[in-house]
Amino acid sequence: MSFWLRPLFLAAMIVLACLAPLGQGNYIIYILTSWLLFSVAAMGLNLTLGYAGQISLAQASFMAIGAYITALLTLAGWHWLIAMPLSLLACFFIGLLLGYPALRVQGHFLAFVTLAFNTLVFLVLRNEDWLTGGSYGLVGMPRPDFGIFNTAKQLQFYYFALAVTVVAALVMWGIVRSPWGRAFRALRENPMRAESLGVDTRRITLLAFAIGSAYGGLAGALVTPLVQFIEPGSFGLVHSLRILLMVVVGGAGFFFGPFVGAAVVILLPEFLRFTEGYYLLIYSALVIVMLAFAPNGLIGIGARLRARFLPLQARGDLAQGSRLK
Amino acid sequence: MTAPVLSIRGVSKSFGGIRAVRDVSFEVAKGEILGLIGPNGSGKSTLFNCVLGQLRPDEGDVHVNGKPVSGMRASELNKLGVGRTFQQLSVFPQMTVLDNIILAGQEHHGTMLSRLLGKPDAGLTGQAEELIAFFRLDHLREEKAGSLSYGQQKLLDAAMAFMAGPDLVLLDEPAGGVNLTMLADLRERLQTYNREHGASFVVIEHNMEFVMELSTRIIVLAEGEIIAEGAPEEIRANQSVIDAYLGS
Amino acid sequence: MSQFLQIMLSGLATGSIYALVAVGFTLIWQAAETVNFAQGEFVMLPAFFVLIGLNVLGYPLWISLLFGLVLSIVVLGVMFKKLVVEPILPSGGISLIIATIALGTFLKESVKEFYGAEAEPFPPMFPTDPINVFGAVISLQDILNLVISLGVVVLLTLFLNRTRTGRCMQATAQSPEVAEILGVNVKRMILYAFLINAALAALASFLITPVYLAKFSNGETLGLIAFIAAIVGGFNQIRGALAGGLLIGVLDNLTATYVTAEYRAALPLILLIVIILLRPQGLFGTSEGRSV
Repeated sequence: MSFWLRPLFLAAMIVLACLAPLGQGNYIIYILTSWLLFSVAAMGLNLTLGYAGQISLAQASFMAIGAYITALLTLAGWHWLIAMPLSLLACFFIGLLLGYPALRVQGHFLAFVTLAFNTLVFLVLRNEDWLTGGSYGLVGMPRPDFGIFNTAKQLQFYYFALAVTVVAALVMWGIVRSPWGRAFRALRENPMRAESLGVDTRRITLLAFAIGSAYGGLAGALVTPLVQFIEPGSFGLVHSLRILLMVVVGGAGFFFGPFVGAAVVILLPEFLRFTEGYYLLIYSALVIVMLAFAPNGLIGIGARLRARFLPLQARGDLAQGSRLK
Repeated sequence: MTAPVLSIRGVSKSFGGIRAVRDVSFEVAKGEILGLIGPNGSGKSTLFNCVLGQLRPDEGDVHVNGKPVSGMRASELNKLGVGRTFQQLSVFPQMTVLDNIILAGQEHHGTMLSRLLGKPDAGLTGQAEELIAFFRLDHLREEKAGSLSYGQQKLLDAAMAFMAGPDLVLLDEPAGGVNLTMLADLRERLQTYNREHGASFVVIEHNMEFVMELSTRIIVLAEGEIIAEGAPEEIRANQSVIDAYLGS
Repeated sequence: MSQFLQIMLSGLATGSIYALVAVGFTLIWQAAETVNFAQGEFVMLPAFFVLIGLNVLGYPLWISLLFGLVLSIVVLGVMFKKLVVEPILPSGGISLIIATIALGTFLKESVKEFYGAEAEPFPPMFPTDPINVFGAVISLQDILNLVISLGVVVLLTLFLNRTRTGRCMQATAQSPEVAEILGVNVKRMILYAFLINAALAALASFLITPVYLAKFSNGETLGLIAFIAAIVGGFNQIRGALAGGLLIGVLDNLTATYVTAEYRAALPLILLIVIILLRPQGLFGTSEGRSV
């Protein structure tokens, strides 16, 4: 995508996102809000997996950590503006820890370590009921009130979430364009070569996990005031896999991939509602078909189509995008 | 004469009873191009890996710019002023040529934090473009490295090793797989770079013609020992070298 | 003491079934570098094939078992390889990991939607009468499970080491290129590995389902445990996978009894993390010379 196209696309998306909930019922607005916060979580995983090439099956556990810390602090009377950064920070450092295994193992080993981590977090949340309320979870968290702007209503909360998402996306944009972003991609494509060119691949690997996890924590900090009821079951392994699917379906390593992927994963069940329980079935089959025929996700398909129909400005290599390795 | 860029003193390395390198010592002066040749299994790669800090010699030590390198991480060694290429092509195929080159320089500028908050190109675009032009890849600057021809990728690979302005560059079979027309070009570019920037090279190469033309001095290894050392023309005439290659 | 013996023996019995699954895991990893995240569902599914034979088609138990075995080999062996692994393997390991995760969901949801979400009793193949061994009360079922699983692993090892086909499979696992040069039909050997994996999963399913009841979600823990067993055993050895399976089975029973039931599920996970970090080549495996 050329240099001016991306900001233009971003602006168009923001306008669209502002108009989307107008005149809609509460349920639709709720669905749109969860699209926003899953986009944030998926954006984080896209950095870890799509840009830096490190697989993680634990993104939902960071949403959990962010959600629980925010819940406990706001229940204790702290403002969301204080609770959110603390959640973020906690996830950053725990993510740093989760990155350590990636320094020793890769691929399926790493997938299983992170999977185990997700399950461990789930067990702690379920068993330590003195803190987390156990299986019953936590209820009654307040929505943030910014004086002139109260987010208690669904529509207001949507715009609040949208603002947070836009800021998060801009920060992410800054990261992936910076030398750090270049180092992340170098880590994905050839870690040995990157190291020989002075990239401290250990530090970059840890940062890929830490930043990705912090985005998970931010999504969690939004979940708490949105649903005002959290329980361990909402952050199980299945949800980590859902976020992973968002990244893959959208197109790993593409900046807008997570938004597209989250839209598909969140909205598709709504469209497939008539299929009742079959949607997961249809969905998982679609994922396998997509991986076989379009391993770069929907954005990858888009890039390939553009390359075919706009041969003048398109180059063949664009279509390749970032192939997962 | 100034202090040597690379000094290897009494290095020996064994693998399970087989002595891959035996008591090898030599120095590389500033601006020198040293060709390291020898038949397969003569210990070239082992020696290379000792210099790169990847292997710890059993005896002896390796200094770069007066600092011991043993056990050093590759990124630290790079910051000490050592650039390298790999035997296999090692570019970042999904990144543009320009991004490949900028990556090769960015870690040498500023701090971790300034690399996050500062300019996206770390202020290196100008320098990178010069280097790209030097290796005659300017028309390909925005292309993905993976879409380049093999020879072009080989040039890019070498260019990346130079981006940080190293004092010493280790080239592992730079001519491998490069076609004849490209080969002369590659050699000429390497020599020009060496002349203009004064960086020292150590080159492992199987293509005799190429390495003889390129180097200012040749060291011949056989069975882990130095059997000959001297200017290319002396080596060409040396009977023991011919024996080592033909297998006496 | 008799309680301890009881726990040990029933741990070994379930452990030996885990081992069957872990051995299959190792086989297809060696043959095609495929880590099957749907392995747990591969064990869940065959029991439902048998239930279809029994309840829908009205076959007697032994024909239903045979029906289940054959169907498993076709679906989980041939179709898995042709429809999932072959098209996706070229896109790389992470794609394949995600695809097998999706496959696991697909199988689980299929059973839930087309058969039912309720747990169903599964007829045991053997009498479940308790018997007395040195004062410990053990079911005959446990003993027979142990004997059959170990027997199958021994037979498989003999097959791999003593027959021509088996040795060709091993050559393929070690180096497909060399095996090709030696005239081995590499493609067929890889297919065999998938078929054996499917058969082992089916057998494990028949043995373990009578204990747990048949339910669509049975695979969730089984797959993870099989992977842990394979990791503990070193991923590249059948003996290792066997030892890993037995170890996990016993350990699981011991923690549930003596330590904490709440964190019972946590112990294998912690074991997994510790082993991956300290000895990625497994407790019994040999290093493959992997370094980061």
